[in-house]
Amino acid sequence: MAIHEVRAMMPGIFYRKPSPDDPSYKEAGDSVAKGDVIGLIEVMKSFHEVVADADGTITSFQADNEEAIMPGQVLAEIEV
Amino acid sequence: MPINVKSAGLATTIQDLGRPGYYHLGIPVGGAMDRLALRAANMLVGNDEGAACLEAVFMGPELEFTEDTQIAVTGAELPPKIDGEARETWTTLSVRKGQVLSFDYLRAGARAYIAVAGGIDTAANLGSRSTYAIGALGGIDGRAIQPGDAIPVGRDFRNVAEGTSVPRNLRRMPGNPAELRVLPGLYVHRVTEESLDRFFSDSWKVASEADRMGYRFQGGSPIEFVDREPPFGAGSDPSNITDACYPYGSIQIPSGTEPIILHRDAVSGGGYFMVGTVISADMDLIGQLQPHTETRFVRVNMHTALSARRVRAATLDSIRQTFA
Repeated sequence: MAIHEVRAMMPGIFYRKPSPDDPSYKEAGDSVAKGDVIGLIEVMKSFHEVVADADGTITSFQADNEEAIMPGQVLAEIEV
Repeated sequence: MPINVKSAGLATTIQDLGRPGYYHLGIPVGGAMDRLALRAANMLVGNDEGAACLEAVFMGPELEFTEDTQIAVTGAELPPKIDGEARETWTTLSVRKGQVLSFDYLRAGARAYIAVAGGIDTAANLGSRSTYAIGALGGIDGRAIQPGDAIPVGRDFRNVAEGTSVPRNLRRMPGNPAELRVLPGLYVHRVTEESLDRFFSDSWKVASEADRMGYRFQGGSPIEFVDREPPFGAGSDPSNITDACYPYGSIQIPSGTEPIILHRDAVSGGGYFMVGTVISADMDLIGQLQPHTETRFVRVNMHTALSARRVRAATLDSIRQTFA
């Protein structure tokens, strides 16, 4: 089993849920398909979807909800 | 020779040196946030310094070239790749017909300038090709580039040898922490002396809202204001003033909490007091600040501001001499 890393394309604030009152898009242990939204990055007054770029199972999130993130930072790991 | 946009990046816009002369009508100068980097990119491909380039922020687009040509990427350390192969920034690069330019993750800075020999040749509005999205001016239909766009390119350029590069000591980037020199003034009398001292000694961080209109900062102490009777037309909030003109680089602090530096797409006036302005020599540095970057505001006088402007002009001259 290989581990695939989902990385941040841009700096900003990482959110794991679509809005504060909603549940998280995904939790560790959930299966994902390529293209599934797993979080949002807020920057320059707009929100950008973070999508899984591989099919598999999320083993962990490496960034917390509302964490300040940098480009290239690993946000989640997917076992493919 | 059009350039085909395969993916657009985050908010990649066509920019030149802007459209001065309309700010009094509310239309900002616009243009590259890092003007030195745009000029250098153009020199590397033999264009006039003020030719239109792409300004990519935080992430790069994917572009397909339809003829052999030369390109250069300056400003942020946003590593270019041609058909997946890593290339240098601040260097004249050759691309072949059909090749695709893409980018790796941003390593440093915030905005990269992508110049192509001949310059981007979209229609100018009010004397500039710069995209001012809020006013739907410049660019392609007044907006950021989109997948499917074919960006027209001019044919007029001088030959520059492949591999020519701008010496590292002439590539200007903010330090860490970033230091922005500020000339206090405008409505600085609204702030107590102790509070002004704290503004300059505090460490601030770039907020994620920062964009071409303004750069917002967080994390310093709230401003303490001098007591007053609110003047006619100003609100009751102590940070309010009777509406006034906003200079580029001016620092307003709404409600005394989060300073905002107005940049190239600034609004031209409003009702917030301003504590001073960032000196012209440091405006380019702001365009290279990523969100969360630690920043200090450094108090300077007019003499220092003017000598910094001369130093910056000398740097530009040194870059020009690289190509002479």
